Amino acid sequence: MSSSTAVADLPAPSSGSSVNYLNATYGIKSWLLTTDHKRIALLYLTSITFMFLVGGVAATLIRIHLIEPQGALFEPETYNKMFTIHGVVMVFFFLIPSIPAVLGNFLVPMMIGARDVAFPRLNLLSWYLYITGSLLILYTIMAGGLDTGWTFYEPYSSAYSHTHVVAAIFGIFINGFSSILTGVNFIVTIHKMRAPGMTWFRMPLFLWSLYATSVIFILGTPVVAITLFLVALERIFRVGIFDPALGGDPILFQHLFWFYSHPAVYIMILPGMGVISELITCFSKKKIFGYEFVAFSSMAIAVISFLVWGHHMFVSGQSVYAGLIFSVLSFAVAIPSAVKVFNWTATLYRGSISYAAPMLYALGFIGLFTMGGLTGLFLASLAEDVHVNNTYFVVAHFHYIMVGGAVMAYLGGIHYWWPKITGRLYPDGWARLAAAVIFIGFNLTFFPQFVMGYLGMPRRYAVYPSEFQVLNVMSSAGASILAVGYVIPLIYLIWSMRYGPVSGPNPWGATGLEWQTTSPPPTENFEEIPVVTEEPYNYPGIEVPTRG
Amino acid sequence: MIAFSHLMFDSGCSIRALIPLHPPAASSIAHDFDRLHYTLTAITLFFTILIFSIIFVFMVKYRRRSEDERAEQIIVNIPLEIIWTVFPMLICAGLFVWASALYVRNSRPPAASTEIFVIGKQWMWHLQHPEGPREIDELHVPVNVPVKLTMTSQDVIHGFFIPAFRIKKDVVPGRYTQIWFKATEVGDYHLFCTQYCGAGHSKMIGWIHVMEPTAYAAWLAGNEKNPSMAQEGERLFDDLGCAGCHTPNNTGLGPSLVGMYGRPEKLRDGSTRMADEALIRQAIVNPDSVPLPNYPPVMPTFKGQVDEEQVIELVAYIKSLGAQERTPNP
Repeated sequence: MSSSTAVADLPAPSSGSSVNYLNATYGIKSWLLTTDHKRIALLYLTSITFMFLVGGVAATLIRIHLIEPQGALFEPETYNKMFTIHGVVMVFFFLIPSIPAVLGNFLVPMMIGARDVAFPRLNLLSWYLYITGSLLILYTIMAGGLDTGWTFYEPYSSAYSHTHVVAAIFGIFINGFSSILTGVNFIVTIHKMRAPGMTWFRMPLFLWSLYATSVIFILGTPVVAITLFLVALERIFRVGIFDPALGGDPILFQHLFWFYSHPAVYIMILPGMGVISELITCFSKKKIFGYEFVAFSSMAIAVISFLVWGHHMFVSGQSVYAGLIFSVLSFAVAIPSAVKVFNWTATLYRGSISYAAPMLYALGFIGLFTMGGLTGLFLASLAEDVHVNNTYFVVAHFHYIMVGGAVMAYLGGIHYWWPKITGRLYPDGWARLAAAVIFIGFNLTFFPQFVMGYLGMPRRYAVYPSEFQVLNVMSSAGASILAVGYVIPLIYLIWSMRYGPVSGPNPWGATGLEWQTTSPPPTENFEEIPVVTEEPYNYPGIEVPTRG
Repeated sequence: MIAFSHLMFDSGCSIRALIPLHPPAASSIAHDFDRLHYTLTAITLFFTILIFSIIFVFMVKYRRRSEDERAEQIIVNIPLEIIWTVFPMLICAGLFVWASALYVRNSRPPAASTEIFVIGKQWMWHLQHPEGPREIDELHVPVNVPVKLTMTSQDVIHGFFIPAFRIKKDVVPGRYTQIWFKATEVGDYHLFCTQYCGAGHSKMIGWIHVMEPTAYAAWLAGNEKNPSMAQEGERLFDDLGCAGCHTPNNTGLGPSLVGMYGRPEKLRDGSTRMADEALIRQAIVNPDSVPLPNYPPVMPTFKGQVDEEQVIELVAYIKSLGAQERTPNP
């Protein structure tokens, strides 16, 4: 094993025989009681992949059901449970933890040149909280399901649903603490454990985006946890909080729920934006264009995201004036998102662009996120939202952000750091094919839903008027392609762990401290703590102008 | 455009009917809405195509030709950053003003609107005409007449959505919400529930029948077997014993209700509220929450004794009192 500094990119011997975090200790206990942030990242990777499959099966069944206007598979009650499970699992147990808990856990200490996070045991506790929450959700499914939608709107959730609302709420409640602890850990780690010379503006943008995400975790998650706790309290003890029959206010629930759940959208997309900044720079051998603008737009998004929740309630009966304020703030949050897209695109200019699989995911992300963001302008526009609110237009919009954006970024990140995580390369041809299949399948699935929504098809319909059938069949056909696209990486990534060629420490020629150590890294990450002397993304240039 | 959009509801088979791209535009606001919608669509397409094209051109032009190739490092260009911050800001500001102006304009029903009362319940729409007819999952309205809907729910939150009219509003238990429309095209249009409300959510749908005024008058005449809502309300008013306190000449324990509707009322805490449908409803189901200064707080709550339909009938009766004298019942 060769030690290296941040500056030098020394060739290192192959990692096949060396001691690393994967083979340092053996046995089930060495994994379940580990405090190594890298092993915890892998625990998360396994468990959120499982939850993704649960949510994905529900999505597949939903799309098969909707091929027929009268519903091809289920009674409406069962269909309602399907979309609820899909939403709850994908939002709370896949998208929110995905990039922070897997890639963030693996990379935060490595990117700042530390040996672990600030609170390693707290980190392990986060995972156990996640597992406890997941088990409660799986119990909910096994015991008969949940039919409230992932939004738990009152008074349906407290007084009218006959399903397992309380178990599900406690699952989400406990899982919330996992998010909060991860947020605390990242913020303290980034503040206190940066290697010598790693100033704030030498940090990779991935860390800025995780820092912004952590702030939302800490400020937002307690609100949704308490709100859902109150729903459970009202359901069990009939205390009037949100149910008008008991003297409560159902609109208050919506305010509290969206106060967290809108920022939660940015919890899902901000880390993805961070990943994209890493991929675009590496695969075009470029410094990021406008580092400060990209970094501060992350913080701007995190701050403004707390002030836009009312745009979910333009037709709920809230006052016209509230609508105006929330509308203007929702337009405001579009600006930093646009700034990021322009800066990523400008980064490509005069670059040396590789078509490696992670880059295809990154370019796909920019395109799909652009569409998702622009269709968000429809929903921020008051008069327009009146018509498209609660139709398939909204479903299409947020899937462009969450699947086209967040999931593409997650997969791009997994492919980019896979050689670092496992020390192995996957077959690049298959990976590029999968990226293309996912991009095509995704657009076929969700583009027709924009049209469907404008035509007026409401979301959460188990049966629908027959004039929407052609668009629904197109969407379901796309979903089958998308499903294939997700299965391919699952196969070749697992295959590569054993049979993939050894990658070496830095197969992409990337900058960043994580690439300066061996692959897979040793348990302590670095033999010696590196000293940082340069800007991030310091790729060699034809001519290097000084920073202005 | 309108003729085309009607095709989608025809039973005849046509390619355009197979993949509709445009919902019928059958209300006074639909065309204003569609102008905004297609402008937003154009902006979306413009930037999407712009970004996709730039990426594609860069991908081809700057593709990696050898592994040790070097890029030209360009770190930042402040004028460019300002342009692509300010330009989207201007577009957003324009859209905000346009969409908000339309929303504010659409949120106020014209003064001379026909009234309909809507009650959502799992899983049906109950629609009442003041003249008496009650409809389930169907609403007959005259063309070119503004119609104001006062809506509430008996159980959970529902959503009242007529795509052809481009209007939608949640129907919330415990309060009244209002929307209005003026249908401009005779025809039959979808009514959808858009707020998830349980097992029958997707079956909580119906039809809006927009009729020529003469046909509507004939329909109304054929359905006036029911007493009017105000008459039903008057019967309830007597059955519940309201008349014992609310005497027309203001001699009872409670205020006279004659001429109260639409009048600003000063409450005990000094605030003033318009005596509209919502205030009258609140006074019936939760009288202690709106105490009047010169009357003892002795009115019992009627919550649980009357359902939302009956509350609406009582409201209709109190509205009908206007300034005229009520004929006392024996």
